[in-house]
Amino acid sequence: MSARRIFTRPARIAAIAPYVWMVLFFLVPFSFVLKIALSQTAIAQPPYVPVFDVAAGWGVLKSSLAQLSFDNFKLLAADDLYILSYARSLFVAIVSTAILLMTAYPVAYGMSRLPQRWQPLAMMLVIIPFWTSFLIRIYAWINILQHDGLLNKTLLALGLIEKPLVWLSTDTAMYLGIVYSYFPFMILPLYATLSKLDDALLEAASDLGCSRFSAFWLVTCPLSLPGIGAGVLLCFIPIVGEFVIPDLLAGSDRMMIGQALWLEFFTNKDWPVASAIAVVLLLLLLLPLVVYEKLQRRHLEGNA
Amino acid sequence: MARPISKLSFFNVASVTLGLAFLYLPIVILVVYSFNASRLVTVWGGWSLRWYKEFFNDTAMIDAAWMSLRVAACSATAATILGTLAAVALSRGQYFRGRTLFSGMLYAPLVMPEVVMGLSLLLLFVAVDAGRGFWTVTIAHTTLTMCFVAVVVQSRLNSLDRSFEEAAMDLGCGPAQAFLAVTLPLILPSIAAGWMLAFTLSLDDLVIASFTTGPGSSTLPIRIYSEVRLGVKPEINAICTLILAAVTVVIVAASLASKLSSEQGESAAPL
Repeated sequence: MSARRIFTRPARIAAIAPYVWMVLFFLVPFSFVLKIALSQTAIAQPPYVPVFDVAAGWGVLKSSLAQLSFDNFKLLAADDLYILSYARSLFVAIVSTAILLMTAYPVAYGMSRLPQRWQPLAMMLVIIPFWTSFLIRIYAWINILQHDGLLNKTLLALGLIEKPLVWLSTDTAMYLGIVYSYFPFMILPLYATLSKLDDALLEAASDLGCSRFSAFWLVTCPLSLPGIGAGVLLCFIPIVGEFVIPDLLAGSDRMMIGQALWLEFFTNKDWPVASAIAVVLLLLLLLPLVVYEKLQRRHLEGNA
Repeated sequence: MARPISKLSFFNVASVTLGLAFLYLPIVILVVYSFNASRLVTVWGGWSLRWYKEFFNDTAMIDAAWMSLRVAACSATAATILGTLAAVALSRGQYFRGRTLFSGMLYAPLVMPEVVMGLSLLLLFVAVDAGRGFWTVTIAHTTLTMCFVAVVVQSRLNSLDRSFEEAAMDLGCGPAQAFLAVTLPLILPSIAAGWMLAFTLSLDDLVIASFTTGPGSSTLPIRIYSEVRLGVKPEINAICTLILAAVTVVIVAASLASKLSSEQGESAAPL
C-alpha cells in the first residue's frame, strides 16, 4: 500500500482548522457582502436595514426574502459615475499591463541570458523591492514627481524645460506608479519560463536559416507564452481593484472602481452601494480568470 | 563551435541594468533624502539624523509602529500554522470531500482586490458586533496571508521526494510520525520563508487594515498614508528608510539561511 493512500486520513485532519477558518472569515463575510448589497440604505449605525435574520425562523426569512432589493445594482447601472469608474479601471489595467509586458520582457530575457552564476543575484535584486512596502515605493515617487521634486529640477538643469511641469495628480504619474509597483510581478513569471528555455532550439532555428529576430518571434516568444499568461494575470487582476496608487498619484477628477468603493464606504457611508460595487467588481474579475483557466487547460491538453 | 544566439548581447545587459536602475533609483533617492538636514524635502542641506530623532519623539507614530509589529507577528504566526496545515492537506490528501471548495477559498484571496476583502471582513465584524482594533486586524491579516503561506509551502511539498516518507513508513513510522520526523524538517526553510512573507505582507497592508481597524488603533501604513496625503514630510522618509532596512536585513538573513540549508544537501527553498 502506498504512502499516498495512508496519508489521506491525516491530510483530512490537517484540513480541518484552515478549512473552518476560511469558511468563517472568507465565505461567511462574502455572504454578508451579497446580503448587504441587496439591502436598503439607511441612516443608522450600521447604516443598512438588515434584510434577513436567520435566528428569527422561516416565516420571517420568507418575508424578508421578498424585501430583497436590487435597487443598489440598478443605481450602479443608472449612474454614469460607476460605469465610468468600471470602464476606467479596465482601461487603466489593460494599458498598464501592456506597458508592463513590453518593459519587463527585455529585462527578464536579459536576466535569462546572464551567466549562470549571476542569475540568482539578479533574481534576488528583483525580489527585494517585491518584499518592500507598496506604500513606501509610491511615496518614493511622490518625492521625485512633486512640483519642486528631483525630476523637474533635473529637467530644468538640463534645459529641457523652461518652467516646472505638473507631474503629480496626472495619469502619467499613476501609470508610472503602477508599472513601478508591478514590475517584479511581471518579470518573475517571465524569467521563470525564459530561463528554462533550451538554447538548442534557438541554435536549430539559426541552423535552419532564421535571423536572430525571427528566431525570437518564432521560437522564444511562443514558448514563453505560459509566463506571459501568468504575468499578465498576476498584474491585470490586482490593478483593476487598485486603490492606493490612483488615490495618491492620479488626479481626483476621475476614479477607478476601488476608489469609488472606498468613497462610498468611508465618505458617503453608503454600505449597500459599496457592497454592490464589490459584487460587480468580483464578477468582472472572474472573466479573465476563466479565460486563463481555459487557455491553460488547452495548453496542457496540447502538450499531452 | 560558436553559439551566436546564446551569447549575452549588449541589448541584454542594457535592459537588465536599466530595469534594475528603474527598480532601485527611487528607493535610493528616498534613503538619501531621509538624511537631509533641510526641512524642505528637495533642498539639500547637508547630512543629518534630525528626522530620525523626530520620528522617535513622535509618540503617535511609534504607537502605530508598535501596533503594526504586534499585528504582523501574531498574524504571521497564526497564518504560518494554518497555511502549513492547508498545504499539507492539499498536497498529501488528493481526495477529500470539499477539496475543490477548499483550494478555491485558499487561492481566491491571492487575486482578490484588497478593497473587497477588507469590506467583507468589516461587514462580518460589524454583524457579530466585535470591537474593532488589534484582534480584528490580526484576524483579517491571518486570513489574507495564510493563503500565501499555503502556496509557498505547497510548492515545496510537491517538489519533495515522496520516497523519504515512504521509507520512514516502511521502517515502522505512522503517517503522522513520518511527517513530523521526516517531512517537517525538510520543508522547514519554506515554512520560515512563508512566515516572513506573511510578516512583511501584514506590515505593508493599508487597505484591509483601514477597513478592519477601529478608532484609536492605527497601524503604521494607516498613519503614513494619512501623512502622505497631506504632502511630503522628511520624517516619512526616515520611517520608510527604517522599514526598508529592516526588510532588507530579514531577506538577506533568509537567503543566507536557505543557502546554508541547501548546502546541507537539499535543494534551495523557493522564496
